[in-house]
Amino acid sequence: MSVIIPYIDKPNPVTGVTNAKLGIWLFLASEVMLFGALFSTLIILRSSATDWPAHGSDVLNVPLATLNTVFLITSSVTIVLSWASLKMKNLMKFKLHMGLTVLLSFGFLIIKYFEYSSKFHHEHYPSTSTFYAVYFTMTGLHGLHVIGGIITNLYLMGPGSKMWKTEPERFTGRIECAGLYWHFVDLVWIFLFPALYLL
Amino acid sequence: MSQDTHNHSHGHDHSHSVGHELPFWRKYIFSTDHKVIGLQYGITAVFFLLFGFGLMLLMRWQLAFPKQAIPLIGKLFTEDGVLSPELYNQFGAMHGTIMVFLGVVPLGVGAFGNYLLPLQVGAQDMAFPKLNLLSYWVYFIGGVIMLASFFSPNGAAASGWTSYPPLSVVADNGQTFWLIGMVFLITSSLLGSVNTIVTAIQLRVKGLSFMRWPVLVWAQVVTAFLLLLAFPPLEAAGVLQLMDRLAGTSFFLPSGLVVSGEALKVSGGGNPILWQHLFWFLAHPEVYVLILPAVGIVGEIIAVNTKKPLYGYKTLIYSIIFLGFMSFIVWAHHMFMTGMGVTMSTFFQATTMIISVPSIIILTTYLLTLWGSSIRYTVPMLFAIAFLPMFAIGGLTGLPLGLTASDIHLHDTYYVIGHFHYVVAPGSLFALMAGVYHWYPKITGRFMSDTLGKIHFWLSVVAINGVFMPMFFMGMAGVSRRLYDQTIYAHGAAAQPLNVFMSYCAWALAVAQLPFLYNMATSWKWGKKIESNNPWGGTTLEWATASPPPHENFTTPVEVFRGPYEYSSNKKPLPQFVQEA
Ligand code: HEM
Ligand SMILES: [Cu+2]
Repeated sequence: MSVIIPYIDKPNPVTGVTNAKLGIWLFLASEVMLFGALFSTLIILRSSATDWPAHGSDVLNVPLATLNTVFLITSSVTIVLSWASLKMKNLMKFKLHMGLTVLLSFGFLIIKYFEYSSKFHHEHYPSTSTFYAVYFTMTGLHGLHVIGGIITNLYLMGPGSKMWKTEPERFTGRIECAGLYWHFVDLVWIFLFPALYLL
Repeated sequence: MSQDTHNHSHGHDHSHSVGHELPFWRKYIFSTDHKVIGLQYGITAVFFLLFGFGLMLLMRWQLAFPKQAIPLIGKLFTEDGVLSPELYNQFGAMHGTIMVFLGVVPLGVGAFGNYLLPLQVGAQDMAFPKLNLLSYWVYFIGGVIMLASFFSPNGAAASGWTSYPPLSVVADNGQTFWLIGMVFLITSSLLGSVNTIVTAIQLRVKGLSFMRWPVLVWAQVVTAFLLLLAFPPLEAAGVLQLMDRLAGTSFFLPSGLVVSGEALKVSGGGNPILWQHLFWFLAHPEVYVLILPAVGIVGEIIAVNTKKPLYGYKTLIYSIIFLGFMSFIVWAHHMFMTGMGVTMSTFFQATTMIISVPSIIILTTYLLTLWGSSIRYTVPMLFAIAFLPMFAIGGLTGLPLGLTASDIHLHDTYYVIGHFHYVVAPGSLFALMAGVYHWYPKITGRFMSDTLGKIHFWLSVVAINGVFMPMFFMGMAGVSRRLYDQTIYAHGAAAQPLNVFMSYCAWALAVAQLPFLYNMATSWKWGKKIESNNPWGGTTLEWATASPPPHENFTTPVEVFRGPYEYSSNKKPLPQFVQEA
């Protein structure tokens, strides 16, 4: 006899969620604590700092970051569309929207790359000041989350999508979880953007 | 089963296969079976506990006989055989780290949680078996990194298990290993806690409502929430300290820092106290992570061996939950001496006093369960009973530490060391040992030897109190913790005889563990065979199946009909899984 784990594709009737969905919410709760700690660090260090730029925009590139914000918000929309396409049983449309999501996230990283290299060009490193330390660490960790998301999404679009044939419901559930994660990554940026670039 | 079967009609596609067809390495090394993973955690954790204990046994030589060469093996460590101050610091830091993060937590959460929780909720495995496999190996890698740090140039981390900056930032390379190792251990804990919570909530069998969960399941779930929410801030802090060390940032380095007579060339402007906040935000909940699985284990053992329902089961459960919540808002009681101001310290004093209430309630429910019962003094029961006064001593000595007026004197002295060792060593560790004796027949189908168990118990109780009781007196005499040689101070020299006594007791404690290790190893093959699958008359679901359980845990469908600890009027157990009037 083999091991059977229930509620992989259908929700548990008592709790109303699948295992994966409960899992991803718990994971996101821990991520909230991770970034919560970093934002607290930002607040504490800034409130006692002697040399902090009056506005982030004095030293950071707001137009580029705005473009990045647009990229991420759009990608949050496209990932929902990809999930909706699966709900409508359209695998091709799913791949299209997922592909767009990945493209937009690459766009985000490319712009981030230009931002970083212009900072390095002007000899602004994490060690330069507390502001740059916070800036590089927080956007860097966020960037790692973006990369994690890209890898997951590429997998789900490519080899992972084979599951669609055998277990469509479970696959749709996976896309929903990937979407929840991606919204979170987006949300972190929406806090980072004003906290670092505007205020 | 009917309700189950249609829910996992796809089950056969992604289930992880039949036990006996698997090659050795899939069955025992990279297994996804929660029972195998639980044992892997257990064996690894016991190894680390012994290793960490060994470090301390060496340090105790230096403490008892300062600057004398360690007999026989001293030359392995230094040229003259004397434990150098550098090594002393490394051993101390690694002792704490290993015992907490690689020993007690993996044993309580990784081993007991993994092995028992799916069984106790009637599941065939954890909700995410592959993730479970991953958690173990990530933990393993973290452990290897910690051990490897001993061989790095300048040795292992030496800034204490608390790793306070700025010292930890300007320290040698070992600290970098420590931080990277911690990131692995934290990641492993996070994966594990998600798995635990989802398994407990989602995979409950029919009839197992929350208020029918055995106390151990509750303890594991609350523990998992603590790990899930308290560990990420330390992960963040670890990343920041890594940045300070590797990228030259100054998150934790204030301006104007001078190291060995030279101004440190960093941008400055950081805040060392910030590390303490982030660290204790984890580390206070962490102490409940150390104690809650133990509390759960003791509850199970007391119920079975008194053949009585646990007194005030609901109160007990609500106390555990309340304890979990409160543990997030007491952390700064470790930092009263940082000059935090009266408002802050008043707040944290108040929350600390409040959190001791549920601890006392937990103890009281257990004591009242014992009251008037006819106790069966099995070896696990002896350890479980001993846990109660030991935990009480540990908890009560925490109260003076939670009040600023007395903490000013006691902070950073041996009194604090005595306090937390009473909760963790004769507290948690005794409970975990009780658990090993109690569930050994479940895991192997054989009993551990009773005689060896009793020898182990009595020697351990006496020796362990001999180690930790004098610490209270030494602390009150003003001896600081983390001292290489206290005899250079007059008040330290006066207390030195206590150190000698404590060291002898520590070595005796080590000897006392030999029968235990021998017992654990040999009973596997030669222990007395159990006659029934339920040798203790347990009422919870892990006893509803064969001992040892088959790969899929339950061969026939199980269902739950009543609370976890119910007995008929003539004390006959009414197991949760037996349908009966
Ligand atoms: C039940 C009530 C408890 C109270 C009121 C309490 C209070 C305290 C306080 C105020 C301190 C800080 C002392 C100082 O540094 O000056 C402390 C330290 C500590 N406690 Fe407790 N505690 C309690 C239970 C526990 C439990 C259950 C555990 C672990 C299983 C524990 C483990 C520790 C540890 C490890 C430290 C020292 C950490 C260090 O500085 O290295 N405590 N306790
Ligand atoms: Cu504490």
